[in-house]
Amino acid sequence: MTQKTLTHLQRLEAESIHILREVVAEAENPVMLYSVGKDSAVMLHLAKKAFYPAPPPFPLLHVDTTWKFRDMYALRDKAAKDAGMELLVYQNPEAAERGINPFDHGGLHTDMWKTEGLKQALDKYGFDVAFGGARRDEEKSRAKERVFSFRSANHRWDPKNQRPELWRLYNARKAKGESVRVFPISNWTELDIWQYIHLEGIEIVPLYFSAPRPTVERDGLTIMVDDDRFPLRDGETPVTKSVRFRTLGCYPLTGAVESTATTLPEVIQEMLLTTTSERQGRAIDHDQAASMEKKKQEGYF
Amino acid sequence: MTTEPIYKTDALIAENIDAYLEAHQHKTMLRFITCGSVDDGKSTLIGRLLYDSKMIFEDQLATLEADSKRVGTQGGEIDFALLVDGLAAEREQGITIDVAYRFFATEKRKFIVADTPGHEQYTRNMVTGASTADLAVILIDARKGVLTQTRRHSYLVNLIGIRHVVLAVNKMDLIGYDKATFDNIVAEYGEFARSIGIEEFTAIPISGFKGDNITGPSEFTPWYTGPALLPFLESVEVDVTADQEQPFRLPVQWVNRPNLDFRGFAGMIASGSVRPGDQVRVLPSGKTSTVSRIVSLEGDRDLAVAGESVTITLADEIDCSRGQVIVAAQAPLEVADQFESTLVWMDETEMVPGRAYWLKIGTQTVSATIHQPKYEVNINTQEHLATKTLDLNAIGVANITTDREIPFSAYADNRDLGGFILIDKITNHTVAAGMIHFALRRAQNIHWQATDIGRDHHASMKHQKPAVLWLTGLSGSGKSTIANIVEKKLARMNRHTFLLDGDNVRHGLNKDLGFTEADRIENIRRVGEVAKLMTDAGLIVITAFISPFRSERDMVRGMMQPGEFVEVFVDTPLEVAEARDVKGLYAKARSGQLKNFTGIDSPYEAPENAEMRIDTTQMTPEEAADLIIARLIP
Repeated sequence: MTQKTLTHLQRLEAESIHILREVVAEAENPVMLYSVGKDSAVMLHLAKKAFYPAPPPFPLLHVDTTWKFRDMYALRDKAAKDAGMELLVYQNPEAAERGINPFDHGGLHTDMWKTEGLKQALDKYGFDVAFGGARRDEEKSRAKERVFSFRSANHRWDPKNQRPELWRLYNARKAKGESVRVFPISNWTELDIWQYIHLEGIEIVPLYFSAPRPTVERDGLTIMVDDDRFPLRDGETPVTKSVRFRTLGCYPLTGAVESTATTLPEVIQEMLLTTTSERQGRAIDHDQAASMEKKKQEGYF
Repeated sequence: MTTEPIYKTDALIAENIDAYLEAHQHKTMLRFITCGSVDDGKSTLIGRLLYDSKMIFEDQLATLEADSKRVGTQGGEIDFALLVDGLAAEREQGITIDVAYRFFATEKRKFIVADTPGHEQYTRNMVTGASTADLAVILIDARKGVLTQTRRHSYLVNLIGIRHVVLAVNKMDLIGYDKATFDNIVAEYGEFARSIGIEEFTAIPISGFKGDNITGPSEFTPWYTGPALLPFLESVEVDVTADQEQPFRLPVQWVNRPNLDFRGFAGMIASGSVRPGDQVRVLPSGKTSTVSRIVSLEGDRDLAVAGESVTITLADEIDCSRGQVIVAAQAPLEVADQFESTLVWMDETEMVPGRAYWLKIGTQTVSATIHQPKYEVNINTQEHLATKTLDLNAIGVANITTDREIPFSAYADNRDLGGFILIDKITNHTVAAGMIHFALRRAQNIHWQATDIGRDHHASMKHQKPAVLWLTGLSGSGKSTIANIVEKKLARMNRHTFLLDGDNVRHGLNKDLGFTEADRIENIRRVGEVAKLMTDAGLIVITAFISPFRSERDMVRGMMQPGEFVEVFVDTPLEVAEARDVKGLYAKARSGQLKNFTGIDSPYEAPENAEMRIDTTQMTPEEAADLIIARLIP
């Protein structure tokens, strides 16, 4: 009989596709949260594979903060179009009205635009399942996160009330008003993600590759001045540096790293030889070790 | 303290990233579970594996060093356990309360470790973590030896069907790397392991804290010549390819219907492999077809194997939906609605015998009732105890009845087709995990049970070849008369026969049937089934039924072995039969007292290709009988 050894990436891909299909088979109104980052890119690519030749039978939802990099907005619109999927963009109207921004409002910026914005969007469209691109290797509290993560009617995550997941059997049943966040790429590591992007030729935001970009130094982070909303301090002028980003979020909150990596293999090389973990580039995590868990309980993804 | 990682890929990464990527791309994956309590040093061992395989970044190391000083239990030295104890609440309590998954890779493999706690919730969490594992590492504290919990962990590992077991005798540094202690532990464990069905295991003396025999041989255990832990994990054979040797099974997860021209069946292959052109059967309907395409984004494929998520199309437009299973046509699955199963109860609310729960198996969810458990297993002693119910973390054996028939495998043969979860219909909690042993009502299986005494044996005992002499013709054509003579003559020849007569059967087996078209069809179907059983018993069956419809006669022909069915057309013209009118039925029919009478107000479809035609206007019943016997026994 024919033997075929499945590589770790083939097994991960099969598992993720299985999860995506399981949700579509059981959910009433699923949506895919799309943040335009590399993990979202892989998740979207897996969805295309799972439902081919049909387009993925759910919309993409971008919970926008209005402060993403311009390159991200460009790829977002293109990727949705290429996949033949509807793109929903949600901006929290209260945050817009109050002019919430990362410079003046600190933690409130993330809370209003992302955490509250996500809850509002899910309620507005009545989505019962939302796919997210979180991985268990990202952070310690996520190592215990289920693939199907249940949220109460008010979107809270209760660590004591999660269901055991055995074999490949996922219990997706829920009461009215309750919802589920599903993480199809839970078991992928950062290296797996990069390797897969490389193998499959998945398009990602150019910001992941090094290029000369205008930057300033703020609170120990190298921040790119992506548009003219950036309030330069007295005497501060952007310096052009050869930089790239390891993670992408709101541009004023995302630290760049100096780099010469302009190709995927070079990016992966740099990632493997680097000595700091991925989320270090995000200002949001810099408070305490268990901060992600607190945010999760509050409803942040 | 051995802290120097032996996995040095940095040079390759720096010098030739393409070569590194090429190598990494072909790595296989091993999923394993670590079993042990807090005191066994389990978290320390996992932290050590992450550390030694360079999965710890500098910033994490800095946090770790700070945390080790603040809350560590290793007197200021690096406390690897802090790397893996996750949730804030747990860290404060100093215990882990759930299943956590860790990732690391070496030059040969990617590993996913399920880390489960050793305290109260151990059964639920361990069973969950073990359900996806290829291998189990059972930790023993060398100072304490084989404990109750060691037996409990081993029992669960075996219950969930993990075939590869590593006995890691930890904290060897604290007993001075004493060989005799190690040997005694291994001997004691071996005796126990064999008693519960674990045939093989690999024992390794280690120190997670000091790093002995983790990545390579320790200088302190020169007497140990076996592999160190990581090299062993890298080289152990994984079961994933073994499933490919089994027959093809694809539980249909989702039907892909983007337009009227495409109908794809999507799912993960549970076992075997598939190629276009393969004959398949859909269960439980039993319909057969041929695989036409294996569709993928990159183009059609010519092979797909167990563990892959695929979309296939079939050559025929047959009914097939989520929950059904597409299988190799020649090797169907059993289908049943009653099972004996092991249950692991996972909910705070105890099991209620007789209550209906949702049962999810493969891609199907059905309603199921659990019967009172036959027994509960004391997982510390493995004794069977009488019980009326199962509560949280209890393991027992019970029968389950589903509200419809489902295709399944025994869990021992296939995890995907034999493992299930039970869901409470009100709370939606996953309340139990189950493993099917076997179906209870074997008669309902889609394929026959092989019996030791087969039809050939029955026939050879009677020194004859079974046959069905199917006499068809109008009422009063002479069927019964001829059939009776045939049987008498065969009896004189010591042949074992049975005569099924239309009128006689309607007095018993078919007395609920009338003479409408539907009832006539059912009448013939039942007679066909009875005749088939009799040929299985080795008999020569003679039937005398009007059997007016061609399709039903052909249906009965199809039930028999090729050549066994001998259709005998007793050809008597209507006017002759009506003139004879032995039973006075034609007169009744003509006067309207009898409805649906064949030849009068109900049609008779004369055979077109009968094996024999008896013209009763040209021969006597005796002559007809001789002719029939001559054909049967040349």
